[in-house]
Amino acid sequence: MADLSINFAGIRSPNPFWLASAPPTNLGSMVERAFDAGWGGAVWKTIGAPAVNVSSRLASIDSGALRMAGLNNIELISDRSVEVNLKEIYACKKKYPDNAVIVSLMVESNREAWHDIVKRTQDSGADGLELNFGCPHGMSERGMGSAMGQVPEYTRMVTEWVMEAAEIPVIVKLTPNVTDIIPPALAAFRGGTNAISLINTINSLMGVDIDTFIPHPNVNGKAAHGGYCGPAVKPIALNMVAEIARNETINVPISGIGGIATWRDAVEFMLLGAGSVQVCTAVMHYGYRIVEDMIDGLNNYLDEKGFASVNDIIGLSVPRVVDWSDLDLNYKVVANVDEEKCVQCNLCYVACEDGAHQSFEFVESNGKRYPRVIEEECVGCNLCSLICPSPGAITMQRRDDGTNSRTWRELEENK
Amino acid sequence: MSGTDRNHLDTATIEENFAEINPAMTFAEAAAEAHRCLYCYDAPCMQACPTHIDVPSFIRKIATENLKGSARVIFEANPIGATCARVCPVEVLCEGACVEKTLLQRPIEIGRLQRHATDHVFKNNISVLKRGEPNGMSVGIIGSGPAGLSGAAYLAQLGYDVTIYERKEMAGGLNTYAMAEYKIRQQTSLEEVGLVEALGVNIRVNTEIIRPDAESDEAKEGIVFDRLLQDHNTVLIAVGLGQTNRLNIPGESLKGVNDALAFIEQIKTREWDSISVGKNVVVIGAGNTAIDAATQAKRLGAEKVTLIYRRTEKDAPAYDYEMEIARLDGVEFVWQAAPAEIIGNGSVSLLRCVKTDGSGESLDIACDQVIKAIGQSRMTEFFTETCGVNTDEHGRVIVDEMMMTTRPEVFAAGDCVSGGADAVDAAQLGKKAAAGIHNHLAGVYVDLPGLY
Repeated sequence: MADLSINFAGIRSPNPFWLASAPPTNLGSMVERAFDAGWGGAVWKTIGAPAVNVSSRLASIDSGALRMAGLNNIELISDRSVEVNLKEIYACKKKYPDNAVIVSLMVESNREAWHDIVKRTQDSGADGLELNFGCPHGMSERGMGSAMGQVPEYTRMVTEWVMEAAEIPVIVKLTPNVTDIIPPALAAFRGGTNAISLINTINSLMGVDIDTFIPHPNVNGKAAHGGYCGPAVKPIALNMVAEIARNETINVPISGIGGIATWRDAVEFMLLGAGSVQVCTAVMHYGYRIVEDMIDGLNNYLDEKGFASVNDIIGLSVPRVVDWSDLDLNYKVVANVDEEKCVQCNLCYVACEDGAHQSFEFVESNGKRYPRVIEEECVGCNLCSLICPSPGAITMQRRDDGTNSRTWRELEENK
Repeated sequence: MSGTDRNHLDTATIEENFAEINPAMTFAEAAAEAHRCLYCYDAPCMQACPTHIDVPSFIRKIATENLKGSARVIFEANPIGATCARVCPVEVLCEGACVEKTLLQRPIEIGRLQRHATDHVFKNNISVLKRGEPNGMSVGIIGSGPAGLSGAAYLAQLGYDVTIYERKEMAGGLNTYAMAEYKIRQQTSLEEVGLVEALGVNIRVNTEIIRPDAESDEAKEGIVFDRLLQDHNTVLIAVGLGQTNRLNIPGESLKGVNDALAFIEQIKTREWDSISVGKNVVVIGAGNTAIDAATQAKRLGAEKVTLIYRRTEKDAPAYDYEMEIARLDGVEFVWQAAPAEIIGNGSVSLLRCVKTDGSGESLDIACDQVIKAIGQSRMTEFFTETCGVNTDEHGRVIVDEMMMTTRPEVFAAGDCVSGGADAVDAAQLGKKAAAGIHNHLAGVYVDLPGLY
């Protein structure tokens, strides 16, 4: 059994799996049930001046038979008072001293207000604070949430205010609704934060009911943009986590968030530099119980790979994320069809013909017609292997001898 | 009819036994199944379908909730697509070729999805096919079974004035009268007939095509074949097969000796009380009709149903999955036994067989009903004498690649050409005949959906 415990910027947790600040961490009783299920930590649903919410609040997008490949919400921060929340945080922490309780905060852009909420929250016994600079809907219209995270100067200013009062670790939660994640991350770092978490949800409009013409989610005939999350956003989150992880200046732990539903997702985030991971949508879909396989699967993975501690995998893939200019232009792969495994759906053929480089032909073999790769035409784009439904039927095979690596940057420098 | 005067189950149980074997899908079921389809390119299922329905296309349309479009794709390639959705041997056709069968041992339920789409247009009275601009020419079709309906549907879409002459009281041929009731309801076949009628096709039921010197059945109108050639530019013969073959053994006229098709036709009325089923039934033959008769006899309440066949199990012409249905229904099989004599005092009480395994032994099977399902005869005399077209040595109408017979202006399609195949095959031949007729009359080669 590998050691799953982490010390994230001073916040200790029995495992790297935390619930993100969201509906699953709305109540003390919910967080307690989550800890009973095995979650290592929980980021309490954002507290501040109690919000007034609308009905309805959620909308989702399906992908084929998969329900809720993406989820969006227009729910605001906690609709319960700070006092009630803090009382529950205190009770919860008493009952679960070994689990990490991080409290998400959002108040108006005012130094005293931030000092006040930070101090009161610390008194509740919380292990850490997370500053919600990311909420993209509702709160942002009032100058909070992503309105803060989208302006690096504000991010740094509020982080500095918080650090003046904070005696426990502080995490700044970033919004992905920016063109480049580095400036806000740098601002949080320079403001003195102990850690960064990302991504918060992405601005989105989930769709329109084509019978009623009302966009989703319907609030009395109208809708507003909301925050997008769930499996569909994972690649965006991974990129932003990796960008910060490979930044040479920003040197604080990263808590990865965005579409994590399984231990495999978690491993990917950690390989790209996350020191803990936060989960919301998958729990909203399947319940707290999913953490059992996350712990079990991570454990088995670490054992199989020979890692004694989960901390040993953090950032292992970061050196492999580079700029395009540093990719080897002479690396050459081509697709290859294994006729034994081919099921003749011909999707590779049509995909290549209409969507790539016309590198397939049909050949008759044993009375059947198989797609075959014309190697001279194949650029090694992967498309056919991505759409092939039969595992192993299309593999990408290396054709260069690996002796003559050349990058774009090198070509440019040798000009 | 002694011994076969009534069936032995109560109505509720019979209704349950005749529940559809491939029931309608719920919306959720259809959506999930449609999403499972890979949308193969130039798909194996489409190649395996005799009418070459663009299966991935109609399934994708179900997935996008475009059911009208889905049904259009189906009916454009197969005007009896609703019947075929229920009665096709999908296991050996589309579903047998499905990539998901190769990949997961679980093919997409193409038949039931096809039903889902076609049910939608029937239920909502949506027309998906359009009558063509009248071209001033007319075609007479003899027979309203799969081939005749299919040919009529295409010809009407091409602008022909089409009249179908049907001997029976209702149109649809075997689709209406001879499909196992647990596969398809008569109502579905009739709804499909309605789809063809909506294209302007005139169906004259109770109408017999006769020789100039013959008299027709008094309940039916008789029309001389040559009259058809005067009334129409061409005639399409799509009469299917003839009567069930005779055994030509003693005792064949005893009470309780029935013809499988007549037995099934009776079941199609769903007037359970009027259907005669023995306690102890023997079905002779091992084709798909024999299976349909055996399973339905059992489902009506026969205590024991024995199917006898003169050759081995391996030789039985019924599809494997049909045999499986019979086995699950508790039908017993006797292989390599040929009927020699039916014995009884007024009504049947015993079937005497001779083993064909070389032993020559005699085998007596006590029974109170014998159902004959040893194939249908070819209507050779009708073809040669009434219609004046030539037949081959098997009694099948000889046609060229355009489905034209040896007599100019006369075409043929369906079982009378193939010698007996599935409804879907007849539908394809009807399509080919329509293309052939159009080519002949309009001089235009028309590439109908799924023609090749």
